[in-house]
Amino acid sequence: MQRPCDFEERRKHLAELSDEELKERFWELAREIVKPLYDLAYTHTSPSIERSVLLRMGFSSLEAQSIVSSAEKRGLLGKGAGNIVLTFAKARGIDYLQAGKQLASGSGWDEVVSLFGGGASQ
Amino acid sequence: MKQARTDQGYTLNPEEKLDVRRVLEDLENYKPRRFGWTWRKQQPGQRLGPFTYSETSEPLKRSIPLPAAKYFQNIDPQPDCVITTEIASGRFEDDLRRMRMAAWHGADHIMVIRTTGQSHIDGLLEGTPEGVGGIPITRKQLRATRKALDLIEDEVGRPINFHSYVSGVAGPEIAVLFAEEGVNGAHQDPQYNVLYRNVNMQRSFVDAAVAKKIMAAFGMLQIDGAHNANATAREAWKVMPELLVQHAINTAYSEMIGMDKDKIALSSVPPTAPPGPALSYDLPYAVCLRWLFSDYKVRAQQNTRHIESDPREATVTHVLNLMVSRLTSADVQSTITPDEGRNVPWHYNNVAAVETAKQALVGMDGLRDMVEIKQDGPIPKKVRELAERAVLFLEEIKEEGYFNAVAKGFFVDSGEYPARNGDGIARDPNGGVPAGSIVKRDEDYMAPVCHHFGYNNLPEGLSKPCDLIDGCTFCNRDKIVYIDELDPEDNVEKRLATVDEQYGPDAVRPEVEWAKDGYITVKAFFPEPEPIAESAALELAERLGLEQAEIIHKRVIHPAEGTLIELKGIVPFVLKRSELKIPEKPKLLSEDEIRQEIAKYPMKVVCGTVGEDEHSVGMREIIDIKHGGIEGFGIKAVYLGTSVPVEKMVDAAIEEDADAILISTIISHADIHRKNMEKLAKLCVEKGVRDRFILVSGGTQVTNELAVEAGMDAGFGRGTKGIHVASFLVEKRRELWAEGKGRKRVADEN
Repeated sequence: MQRPCDFEERRKHLAELSDEELKERFWELAREIVKPLYDLAYTHTSPSIERSVLLRMGFSSLEAQSIVSSAEKRGLLGKGAGNIVLTFAKARGIDYLQAGKQLASGSGWDEVVSLFGGGASQ
Repeated sequence: MKQARTDQGYTLNPEEKLDVRRVLEDLENYKPRRFGWTWRKQQPGQRLGPFTYSETSEPLKRSIPLPAAKYFQNIDPQPDCVITTEIASGRFEDDLRRMRMAAWHGADHIMVIRTTGQSHIDGLLEGTPEGVGGIPITRKQLRATRKALDLIEDEVGRPINFHSYVSGVAGPEIAVLFAEEGVNGAHQDPQYNVLYRNVNMQRSFVDAAVAKKIMAAFGMLQIDGAHNANATAREAWKVMPELLVQHAINTAYSEMIGMDKDKIALSSVPPTAPPGPALSYDLPYAVCLRWLFSDYKVRAQQNTRHIESDPREATVTHVLNLMVSRLTSADVQSTITPDEGRNVPWHYNNVAAVETAKQALVGMDGLRDMVEIKQDGPIPKKVRELAERAVLFLEEIKEEGYFNAVAKGFFVDSGEYPARNGDGIARDPNGGVPAGSIVKRDEDYMAPVCHHFGYNNLPEGLSKPCDLIDGCTFCNRDKIVYIDELDPEDNVEKRLATVDEQYGPDAVRPEVEWAKDGYITVKAFFPEPEPIAESAALELAERLGLEQAEIIHKRVIHPAEGTLIELKGIVPFVLKRSELKIPEKPKLLSEDEIRQEIAKYPMKVVCGTVGEDEHSVGMREIIDIKHGGIEGFGIKAVYLGTSVPVEKMVDAAIEEDADAILISTIISHADIHRKNMEKLAKLCVEKGVRDRFILVSGGTQVTNELAVEAGMDAGFGRGTKGIHVASFLVEKRRELWAEGKGRKRVADEN
C-alpha cells in the first residue's frame, strides 16, 4: 500500500486527548490487538508445544520428537502428547516413562488410536 | 536417586587459563545454582578513590580497570546498569574464555548468539556441534556454559546473567531447556519470527504463549525483537512509530500471559547515527519510549544499522547511544563489538565494546543531576507527535486484525507512519514455516506438567498438574534426560583434541576467534589511490607470508595522497613458548634496604628531560616523593627541567659531584631518543667522567636493551616506578664499588 502522509488529518480525534489519555489509549489498543492472539494460543497447540510437555515429563528430545510426529500423523495432537502417553500407560498398566519409550520406538499406536476413538478432528 | 552437585571442586585461578575439560567433567550431574535474572547491586553515593558516584553498583572482586585508572588509585567503578556482551564464535569452548575476559572488564550479561538456521529447526539439537555465526543451542552446551559462568562469577565476584534466544519454531522446547538449565534471560518476540524468519504467524504466536509462561515462571528477563525493524528499514529513523507499536504488541501479549512487568525489557535502539543529527532524532524517541513504557525495563541496544568496517566510527556512535542512555535511562546496556561490520566479532573487541560502555557511563555519572530536558524545547512536541503516530498505527492494526495487517505489509515499511511506501515485509497468514502446524486443543486435551499455558482438561483435586506423573522436570530435576553427544565427529572433544594435536601446550599463536587461530591484522597506510593501495596491501600480505589474507577495512584519506588499509591473515608458523627469550623481571631491593643504604651512603643524581622535549610528567613521577619517587628513599635529586641540552646535564653532574645522570626522553621521532642517549654516553667518555656516573634514561619508547646499546647503564620504559630506578642505582653503585670505581661518600660528608 502506498499512501502520502495524512497525519494532520488523521490525528484530529487525538488532538483533544491529554498526554495521559493518549498513553491510556495506546495501551488499550495494544491489549485489544493481542486479545484474539491470546485466545488463539489458549485454544491451540503445536508440535513444539507437545514436545515441550514431553520434555517436562522426563522424555529425551529424541523420544519427544518421535512421539509427537507419530501423534501428528494420526491426527491426535489435539489430545495432548502427555495425555496420549498417560492414557496408553494406564491401558497397558505400565509406568508412563516405559509407555512413552514404547511409543517413541513406534509400537502401540494402533492401540492409542482406538483408545482415543479413532483420532480427532484437526 | 542421584544427588545433583553444584560444586565439583574446580575453581578458577586468575593465573591459569580456564580448563574446558574440567568444565566438561561430570556435566550430567551439574545443577544450576540459581534461576532467573539478577540486577546489579546499586550503590548510590558510593565513594571510590577520591570520587563520589551517583550511578554505580557494587565493585568487583577482581577486574581489569580502564587504562587511565592508574592515575586514579586503580579504581574500577562499575556502572549501575547490567552490561551485555554478545558472543558468537561458533565454538562454545572458545566462547567460555571470551566470556571470562569480558567479565573481567565489566560484562555481566552474556548473550550467546545461535547458529545460522537454528530458528527453522523444528526440535532440539543435542551435543556440541560447531556453528556458523553462533553456536547450536543444546543442553550440553548450555550446561557447560552455565557451569563455566558460575566459576567466572566466583572469580570476579558478581552474578553473571546467561542469555540466548527463545525464538524460531522450537520456542516452547527451548524455553523448557532454558528453564531447566538456569538460563537467566532470553529474546522472545513472535513478531521477530514472523517478519524476519518467515515462521508461520499463527504458529509463532501460539508457541510464544507457552514459551513466555515458562520464562515467567522461572523469572527470566525477556528482551523483545523490535530493534530489528530499525536494522532492516531503509530509512531507519522513519520507523520510530512502528518500533513503539512492536514493543507494545509483544509487551501486552507477554503481560496477558502472566509475565511480570519488571521481567519485560524493550530492546530499544537509537534509530539514527552521524552524519545525521543523531541526538535530535534519538533523544525524543528515547524519551517517548520511556514515557509510554514507564512500567517496563529498557535494554538499550546499540545502533548497528550504520556500522561499517570502521571501528572508530562504530565506537563514536556507541558513545552517542550511551549518552542517550545516560540522559534517559537504561536497565541493560548492550554493546556491539566495533568490528561487527567486518567479521564475526573477535574476542578482544568484545572487551573493547564493554570498556567503551563502562568508560562512557562512568564518565557521564550523574548527568541527569546536572542537566534536564527542556520542557519548552523541541522534545516534548516531538514526543507527543511520535506517540500520536503510534496510536494511529495501532488503530489501523486493530481495525484489520494483526494477521491481516502483517499480510498487507504494514510492518517495516520505510514511510513514517501514517505515510506508506509499500515496501514493508508482507507475510501470508497461512504461509511461512511450518504452515498449518497448529491444532485446536480437543475438549479432552491434557498436559500433566507445571507452568503450561492454555486450555488444560486436568482432573479435579490436584495440588499441581504434575501430581499425575509424580513430578515434572521443573519439580524434580532428576527426571531431566541429559544427552551428551550424538555426532561422534562434530563435537567439543574432537575439536579440543585437534587443537592439542596441531599445536600442543608449548605452541604460542596469535588468536582472535578460535583457540590459536593464528590471525593477525596489518594496518598500513599507502600513499597511493585506493585501487593501487588495495592491490599493494594484498601483495604485501603475500610477501609477509600471511595465509587467507583479506582486506577488512579501507579508508581513503585523500583521493591522490593515500589510503589506509587494514587486512587480516593467518601467520604460517607456530612459536614455541620454550624457545622464547623472556626477560627476567629485575629483582628489586626492598624499600627498607634501599633507605638504609642511602642513609649510610648518600646519593645524589642530576636529572632532566633532554633535547627539545617539554615532557616533564614522567620524570617528576620518578623523582617526586609524593609519587613514590626516588626522593622518598633519601636520594637527592637535582632537577634541571625540560629541554635541557645534553652538555648541560654532564656539566651539572660534574659540578654537583653527582653519582648518576638521569635523562628523560619522550619524543622519539627520527630516533631522537636514541641519539640523545648516545650523545650523553659519548660526552661522558670525552670528558673522562664515564666511570664516575651511572647513566640512566627513561621514556615511553625506551627499553633497557635499547638504552644499554646506546651506552647507558640502564633504560626504563612505561610503567616504571621510583623504586625500580632507586633499586637499580643502589645495586649498580655496589657493582662499581666492587670494581674500584664510583664514589663512596659517607653520611656526614654530605
